[in-house]
Amino acid sequence: MSSIPSAVGNELPKEHYLNATYGLRSWLLTTDHKRIALLYLASVTFFFFIGGAFATMIRIHLLAPEGYLVTPETYNKLFTMHGVAMIFFFLIPSIPAVLGNFLIPLMIGAKDLAFPKINLLSWYIYLIGGCFVLYSFSTGGLDTGWTFYTPLSSVYSNSAVTPAVIGIFINGFSSILTGLNFIVTVHTMRAPGMTWFRLPLFVWAHYATSLIFVLGTPVIAITLLLAGLERMFHLGFFNPALGGDPILFQHLFWFYSHPAVYIMILPAMGVISEIIPTFARKPIFGYSFIAASSIAIAVIGFFVWAHHMFLTGESSYAALTFSLLSYLVAIPSAVKVFNWTSTLYKGSISYDTPMLYALGFIGLFLIGGLTGLFLACLGLDIHIHDTYFVVAHFHYIMVGGAVMGYVGGLHFWWPKITGRMYPEAMARIAAIILFVGFNLTFFPQFILGYLGMPRRYHSYPPEFQVLM
Amino acid sequence: MQSQIPLYPEQASNIAPNVDALMAYITAVCLFFAVAITAAIVLFFFKYHRKKSGEIGVPIHGDSRLEALWLVVPAVLALTMFAGGAVIYVQFRRPPPDTLDIYVIGKQWMWKLQQPNGLKEINELHVPAGLDVKLIMASEDVIHDFAVPAFRTKMDVVPGHYNTLWFRPTKTGRYRFFCSQYCGTNHAIMGGWVTVMEPPEYAAWLTGSSTNATDPVVSGEKLFAERTCSTCHYPDGKGRGPSLNGLYGKKVVLSDGSTVTADEAYIRESILNPNAKIVAKYQALMPSFQGQLSEEQLLNLISYVKSLQTQSVSEAGSGFAAAGKK
Repeated sequence: MSSIPSAVGNELPKEHYLNATYGLRSWLLTTDHKRIALLYLASVTFFFFIGGAFATMIRIHLLAPEGYLVTPETYNKLFTMHGVAMIFFFLIPSIPAVLGNFLIPLMIGAKDLAFPKINLLSWYIYLIGGCFVLYSFSTGGLDTGWTFYTPLSSVYSNSAVTPAVIGIFINGFSSILTGLNFIVTVHTMRAPGMTWFRLPLFVWAHYATSLIFVLGTPVIAITLLLAGLERMFHLGFFNPALGGDPILFQHLFWFYSHPAVYIMILPAMGVISEIIPTFARKPIFGYSFIAASSIAIAVIGFFVWAHHMFLTGESSYAALTFSLLSYLVAIPSAVKVFNWTSTLYKGSISYDTPMLYALGFIGLFLIGGLTGLFLACLGLDIHIHDTYFVVAHFHYIMVGGAVMGYVGGLHFWWPKITGRMYPEAMARIAAIILFVGFNLTFFPQFILGYLGMPRRYHSYPPEFQVLM
Repeated sequence: MQSQIPLYPEQASNIAPNVDALMAYITAVCLFFAVAITAAIVLFFFKYHRKKSGEIGVPIHGDSRLEALWLVVPAVLALTMFAGGAVIYVQFRRPPPDTLDIYVIGKQWMWKLQQPNGLKEINELHVPAGLDVKLIMASEDVIHDFAVPAFRTKMDVVPGHYNTLWFRPTKTGRYRFFCSQYCGTNHAIMGGWVTVMEPPEYAAWLTGSSTNATDPVVSGEKLFAERTCSTCHYPDGKGRGPSLNGLYGKKVVLSDGSTVTADEAYIRESILNPNAKIVAKYQALMPSFQGQLSEEQLLNLISYVKSLQTQSVSEAGSGFAAAGKK
């Protein structure tokens, strides 16, 4: 193995984006993608803590089979608000709006995103949506489950559903505008010589994510709007008593919300594809396969939605088709894992914090992805659908995958964003605690699920207490 | 410390052993990949650990044969998993022809179950071992889900639809059932117990507990007269509506030339939304009964219509004469 000359200078520029201007105004009216990324960083962190607080209360409540902390009603609100805060206001915007915003222009050699004002606008839209949702949380809460299944959400729930769906509807436009901004930027603002197949894999992942943002988000916006209209004005879209069909809601909902899973995981995959070659000090293995697999995931991901509905009474032929397509979408994910692993081969690997997160990501995503094969299997899904197996599976993808990728990426680019280094030893310990603690919390839930423990239960049979 | 935690629930139905076998197969395949990849990462982690600060890795850009290999092998394995799951699912969705039919109504937050002879149970279900049982399920309000882990079965109970769930219990005992689709405040306590009994015991239990059971066919017949269904649906087909004798399970030709099998869902729809499917040679005259009948009354009416299948001479008082021999 050869060695690299140490020719990188350590001097920081005197003036940079953090000290170019001062004052609240200069931040709230900024059109600099780097500053907007920091605005997003603050606001998604806020929602991450809110969602985390709900999760903590859920875990404490489940200490005892009969429920330890809160009433059934409150418990239902806790898991619903945990889901809504985490999915719509943390996971979906986290990597794209923070790291993507900051890095995409830098990576492709552009001065900023294509539409800097729209970039700022999407942050304000996010805030307005967030305010509606916080209003819902604080004036009665929300107890429909983050899935808002009708007719529970549109007719029977007594909680503050209307402001919540309005908030998520509004927030959708933030995603759409961010996606649009990224697509236009990548198409039109690449520096000379930055051809498509020289793009960093982080950019490829965000390009794929942006396609989903633009094509999928309008559908969830419309769907939740219809549910809201049914609730407010008794229009019969989904309520069978008014001639509607509750299953229609699920089709529309999952048409976005399954691709939304890829919104959360694809950018994290992009982060991992940058971290691994950096800390292995060699080029990524199979660049074009990783790039193409991002696009494949985004495209095929639009055709698997009804695998959430195998037991709604949908036609068996539909179920067979969606099961097969769900297996198909697993292949590009597998390709990525194989390529990341191969990148380590004959590398010069160091164990810095971002690398620990990246390796943790591979381990957890591996389990999350493989257990997806169980759920895509029609015969097994009959038994494990709507159990803790599902809860464990998607937390492995969303926390084990998306959050590990996000936190790993934050560490990786922290010096670039702030000009300062985090304390390495502490950061490594944190990464290891996160990995171990996550597994201790969620792995037993696979077993619980196979034993038949249904999800969203405020109390549970006493025989499950140890695993719970 | 001895662990008391089992890895799978009891196997108490015909499909349970198949589901568990498939689970074992997929677990084995996934475990192989998980262990292989983890081992590779750990091995590379230590073997290629950076020894000197200036060191760089060997620039390998990829290998298309390897890429082809790990595209094809997972795809083939995935197909086997798909096929295994498909076989079980298709069997699970197609009830055998002769089943013991039990009506299930889910409502916030309880289950009402009705045995074929009209005996009603709440959050308890008694079934005979070794016989094919079919649950015909309706919801009064939101979506519920009837799940029996020991049988490895579950099915959503959707308002406005009839979903069916069939199984053949194979082992006597008491097993939990759950509501598995989140349905509001007391979702977690909307469950109960399935008791699987030997057929003679079941028969004895059924007659012993049924002193005040009303036969759903009798209730349905009463409703049929009360709601004036009988003024149009003559048994000989000469009324304003088609005859219902021998209707259940038959193919019905509709006015647009298509055919539909007269199952529970069709009969239900014809009561609630009569104009959705008009029988050939008849006119769209029937009023809708949407909102006027409870799910239970609907099931009673359906039971009555189903009974017209075998019963060529109906009991007195219904206005039906012996006609339409099958």
